[in-house]
Amino acid sequence: MQISMTINGKEYSHDVEPRISLAQYLRENLDLTGTHIGCDTSGCGACTVHVDGAAAKACTLLAVQVDGSEITTIEGMANGKEMHPIQEAFKENHGLQCGFCTPGMVMTAADILKNNPNASEEEIRHGLEGNFCRCTGYHNIVKSIQHAAEKMNA
Amino acid sequence: MIPAKFEYKRASSVSEAISMLGEHGMDAKLVSGGHSLVPAMKLRMSRPEVLIDIKRIPGLDIITEEGNEIVIGANCTHTQVMRSELVQKDVNIVYQAVSRIGDIQIRNRGTIGGSLAHADPSSDYPAVVLACDAKIEVEGGNGKRSIDAKDFFLGIFTTALEEDEIITAVRFPKVANGTYFKFYQSASRFAVVGVAAVKEGDHVKVGVTGVAGTPYRATAVENAYSGNGDAAEHAVDGIDDIMSDHFADEEYRAHLAKVMVRKALEAVN
Repeated sequence: MQISMTINGKEYSHDVEPRISLAQYLRENLDLTGTHIGCDTSGCGACTVHVDGAAAKACTLLAVQVDGSEITTIEGMANGKEMHPIQEAFKENHGLQCGFCTPGMVMTAADILKNNPNASEEEIRHGLEGNFCRCTGYHNIVKSIQHAAEKMNA
Repeated sequence: MIPAKFEYKRASSVSEAISMLGEHGMDAKLVSGGHSLVPAMKLRMSRPEVLIDIKRIPGLDIITEEGNEIVIGANCTHTQVMRSELVQKDVNIVYQAVSRIGDIQIRNRGTIGGSLAHADPSSDYPAVVLACDAKIEVEGGNGKRSIDAKDFFLGIFTTALEEDEIITAVRFPKVANGTYFKFYQSASRFAVVGVAAVKEGDHVKVGVTGVAGTPYRATAVENAYSGNGDAAEHAVDGIDDIMSDHFADEEYRAHLAKVMVRKALEAVN
């Protein structure tokens, strides 16, 4: 089936099988491998991207379902060589260890702060329910998001 | 993981979806958010030959006030329901339940109609629609009908929907005093036990999810209720299909049901 979508501001059109997930489409057709596939069943959140501005798990969406949508992946967060404030904050606060969960964490953090720019620590922790870090580095992830919020609100 | 092959169709109206269901029968599945169905297809527990996408049908994603009722369109996502001022004000119990479904990403895609039609025995909505005496509006080859919540759930993943029927909306009477309590599975956020309680005058209506294969109205609790939490002792009276799994065995689940019902009864007092 022929699908078209805008991904990180650029338009793409491909013929895909309906059973291909958005995560696979991004990784295999477009080489956007920043979107990670962890559990592959919508539990872990490593595949989180934004669909029309809202965080979604790309492993549990068929690419055909989001035909015509606007997608932002982790590759679309930085402005050229300038990192997004959330990415910057993860770097500064040691918000990652192995880094596998990080793209999903950053994308979910962006959704949290978009809807609640002054999110409390508790609200951030609650907001990260759908993202797992197997290094269990949650403390610094939360700290990174708090610091990002401060920067973005400044 | 990749699902088995299927044909993908998009319905642009309720009547088109019904005729597609009529054509493909048992071989077809409706999809809106797909957050229960797509993982099941990837695990090959579900292998529909035809997937009918109803997400783009216009008019199914609105929330309206009709007299003393709040009507939520079947395609409304959990996020949309959660953010609705009408829901927060007039059926706050729905807000309480929906804001604790899954996580942000899941709430952004999952829908009320999909959740009810899927009828996962651990999902949150069943307890709430039961306690609220909500009506599930459906449309099929034989026209429209309205199903009382108490008649809707028939068993694990089984509902009163006919093969060619589609949920179009859920109609909630306004609720002044209602609460939803949930003990959740820590990874998936599904309910190990979820209890919805609605108080009207001296009476209370109690819906229970997560405990039995079929979500139920705890009528024994309702009959024994005398204004405090003691009626919670009857939370599993007459329930013969209490679930047992690696989250909670039967004995623990029955105990937890009583604890959660007590909390809910005390909260609506």
